[in-house]
Amino acid sequence: MNKALLYDATMCIGCKQCESACAQQNKLPYDDTVAAESVQSEHKYTVVMTKNDKFMRRLCMHCEHPACASACPVGAFHKTKEGPVVYDVWKCIGCRYCMVACAFSQPKYEWGSLNPRVRKCIMCPDRVVAGKQTACAEICPTGATKFGDRDDLIKEAQDRIRQNPSTYLPRIYGLNEVGGTCVLILSSMKVEEYGYPASEKIGDTPMPEYTGRVMSWVPDFIPAWSLVLGGIYWISHRREEVAEAEAEEKKNGRER
Amino acid sequence: MKIKLTFWRVVFIVIMSLGLYSSFVRYFRGLGAVSNMTDQFPWGLWIGFDCLCGVMLAAGGFCIVGAVYLFNVERLHSVVRPAVLTAFLGYLLFIVGLLFDLGRPWYIWHQLIYMNPHSVMFEVGMCVMTYTTVLFFEFLPNVFERFDLQAPIRWIKKIYPVLIVLGILLSTLHQSSLGSLYLIMPSKLHPFWYTPALPFLFFASAVAVGLAMTIFESTQSAKAFGRHLELPVLVTLGGALLVALWVNALLRFEDYFRRGLLREITRPSYEAYFLWLELMLAFVIPITMLSFRKVRLSPNGLYLASVISLLGFITNRLNVSLIGFETYVGHHYMPKWTEFSVTLMIIAMGFALFGLAVKYLPIFPEEGQAVQRRQRTKPEPLVATPVLGHAGD
Repeated sequence: MNKALLYDATMCIGCKQCESACAQQNKLPYDDTVAAESVQSEHKYTVVMTKNDKFMRRLCMHCEHPACASACPVGAFHKTKEGPVVYDVWKCIGCRYCMVACAFSQPKYEWGSLNPRVRKCIMCPDRVVAGKQTACAEICPTGATKFGDRDDLIKEAQDRIRQNPSTYLPRIYGLNEVGGTCVLILSSMKVEEYGYPASEKIGDTPMPEYTGRVMSWVPDFIPAWSLVLGGIYWISHRREEVAEAEAEEKKNGRER
Repeated sequence: MKIKLTFWRVVFIVIMSLGLYSSFVRYFRGLGAVSNMTDQFPWGLWIGFDCLCGVMLAAGGFCIVGAVYLFNVERLHSVVRPAVLTAFLGYLLFIVGLLFDLGRPWYIWHQLIYMNPHSVMFEVGMCVMTYTTVLFFEFLPNVFERFDLQAPIRWIKKIYPVLIVLGILLSTLHQSSLGSLYLIMPSKLHPFWYTPALPFLFFASAVAVGLAMTIFESTQSAKAFGRHLELPVLVTLGGALLVALWVNALLRFEDYFRRGLLREITRPSYEAYFLWLELMLAFVIPITMLSFRKVRLSPNGLYLASVISLLGFITNRLNVSLIGFETYVGHHYMPKWTEFSVTLMIIAMGFALFGLAVKYLPIFPEEGQAVQRRQRTKPEPLVATPVLGHAGD
């Protein structure tokens, strides 16, 4: 069963305990300066943003069909069956295609490092496999970030919208975006206002499909194009050979 | 031996020393210190110019090889070697550029053991490796002839048809896959440049660039090495370039027409200015110039038209890789001087290596004959191109 996180912005009080729990879990530095940073970075996988006294959290969306995993030439990213999209630093060669490919611009880079790694929320895979919640969900005092099975969380989100239609915008961000994500967002404000890409912009098509279509032609294209090229080569040189042979014959004839 | 200090040598030394300093910063201070790349702009000048433009400018190799060996355009025989040399050097320098840009270049060999066949970047990586190998073999006869090694020349002759077919196949895949890289970012890349047709456009423009680049380098080396310029060769290339530019222009028009952007691209906007610049340089000016018979028959006219169209296609690659992302990101990206200096160093290395190769290897026909005359060992005549000329016999 696919695990997921449901973040309900209307329940969030902006305490940033998820930020510090995340930092602790991933052994990242966390103090007042880091807490004051309002953007994600290589040392801040998740951030709670404030706008007009309303809060919004950002973290890796853990797409059902992750662009990063399909883009990575060495397969350093992969989607686990439990839901998290994880990163294998050993494989990574540092091409940063994952960063450009991600529709949510989640992978961040250690620009100052001499052996840099890509950094992003990996949804506490060890905890998830062990049957525990993610660090952020566990610490959340209001239940704004809730961990559970994706299907159950979707049902719960739909219930919440139904019961309090005036509180929520009638949509679950992440339900269908780029083919569905394992982070689902409920809010009273448009997520775009906090820097999330608009649903219309990213669409419901899984990002890997855009390149997948072209990549799926390659296995057929290689033999077909080789045959065509080889054929042209053969024909054009056959003509040459014939011409040469004829010239030879003529020459011989004259000499005789 | 005394080395004279000419103007260009001084320029070369300055560029190389600045480049070495930047290389030091790159490997001992990190990517963040050497470049203006950020989490918002993870790909900068080194991808946009060194990689995208570098590979595009190396397209002459497969274009000329294709024309001569697949379509028997005999007139172009004399430019096969310089074109293959340019392509070979282009790919080597592209790999050098990659070693700067990759965050962990010491793990580049992971590409061979951890393969992800769904990744366009994987296709790009495989094409780079295999095509550079093919180019190496296509280039080798120069070296063998220089040292008059007959046996290996015969071996290469035997596999030459395979090299030709493989070279064109890999180029097709590589040039187009650089465009495919951007297909996964429909929401980020500006619609002027994001199109499902990107792989086709990248391939088509590579063909035009290959022709323009061959005109450029033939003229340039004629000037630099005091060689006689073969006008019929340039005229043939110029005619082909005109056709290639028209095809490209029509493909672009058709793409904008089908996506309903024709009105959008005429409206002034930040992106539109760069698009206009690109279209003017790549198509409008060179097509207009080449439409005049007088220009098509004049070495200077052909040279100028080629250089302008090259600048246009370079603008195109930079638009796709840099300008097209600025609206999404919300700010501009301007490369740091150290980024420029690494790029300049790589270009300078390209010019220097080309010069050295021309000086010491039978790249141009006259030189080839001279070498052969000097050695006078051959039972069969060894004109500069015979190795390639009789390949597959």
